[in-house]
Amino acid sequence: MTDTASDLVAARRLDGNAAASTLAELFAVDLTEARSRCASCGSTAMLGAHHLYADAPALVLRCPSCTGVVLRFAAQRGRLVLDLSGAQLLVVPVPDDYADNGADDEADNEADDEADDEADEAPPAE
Amino acid sequence: MARAAVQRRLIWRTARVLDNRAETDRVHRLVLEVPHWPGHLPGQHVVVRLTAEDGYTAQRSYSLASPPDVPQLHLTVERLDDGEVSPYLTDEVRAGDELELRGPIGGYFVWSAAADRAGGEPRPVQLVAGGSGVAPFLAMVEHHQRQESPTPLRLLYSARTAADVIGRDVLGAETTITLTRESPPDWPGPTGRVDRDLLARCTFPSTDRPRVFVCGSTPFVEAVAATLIDLGHDPSAIRLERYGNSEEPK
Repeated sequence: MTDTASDLVAARRLDGNAAASTLAELFAVDLTEARSRCASCGSTAMLGAHHLYADAPALVLRCPSCTGVVLRFAAQRGRLVLDLSGAQLLVVPVPDDYADNGADDEADNEADDEADDEADEAPPAE
Repeated sequence: MARAAVQRRLIWRTARVLDNRAETDRVHRLVLEVPHWPGHLPGQHVVVRLTAEDGYTAQRSYSLASPPDVPQLHLTVERLDDGEVSPYLTDEVRAGDELELRGPIGGYFVWSAAADRAGGEPRPVQLVAGGSGVAPFLAMVEHHQRQESPTPLRLLYSARTAADVIGRDVLGAETTITLTRESPPDWPGPTGRVDRDLLARCTFPSTDRPRVFVCGSTPFVEAVAATLIDLGHDPSAIRLERYGNSEEPK
């Protein structure tokens, strides 16, 4: 194993999937399935497929194509701080994709109502 | 269930430990009972929070190693000697203890039989695991078995030695295990690292258009992903879960 700085950084790289719990502090829907268009290079990928650096002072998600910073999130002095300036467009699926999978339960209702409320407020997808 | 699992607002839940048993020298299996668990999808993870007497807290993510088809939650925890959390979970926690956890978390690194039924054209599922990265795949494989899913599914699992293999009670004919460090003389499977040759021999070819999931240490996952792309797999069909390097996953 080499000990160059870049290799050390690479070895600490995780996936956006691992940011789901932290982002749930702020978001009611799972953002790892959201598609994000990078403000730097214009490419689109699911946030779960972005590169995550979880041990930086803030949680940092980087574009898997150009490594530009897409999202930063931190808890500081009793505040949650979100910087989304690197994300040009975020498209979050509301879970109608899951509606007809035959595995339902009654306890869904509350969550469904929340999701529907948010869908009403969301900007239209492309 | 799937919808609730992805959508529910996350709260801290109290889990009761039913069992804590050594699965290998380094890996323990924690069996948990969580009242009002909303269900999960194979591949999702939970966050475990430990709180010290002085109020100091530490959190770690662990993949669920059990499928939604069984009521208890299973975590496979690898003891990292310099870790803050894993030595406590493997060596100190006893049946009857309580843990705080929240989840299920993450809708990205998941596969379920129901999603395949809903999704129309079924595509084969190829799983590639390095070491303790097999945990989410134990949930997927057992779910696949219990649902008698028609989706073709294979697992290629790299372990250091035969004694390091996790999940022997679940893994069956769908699984190829390669041993990288030492193997018994009568070992029937392949040996050596997961390289281009092994991937070409023991996984679905790119022409079958499989969905591919790769989980393990960051170097393992990145090497496997690069080789799969080299073998012609569509990068968008490959989902990765890096566990980091040697330090405890955050």
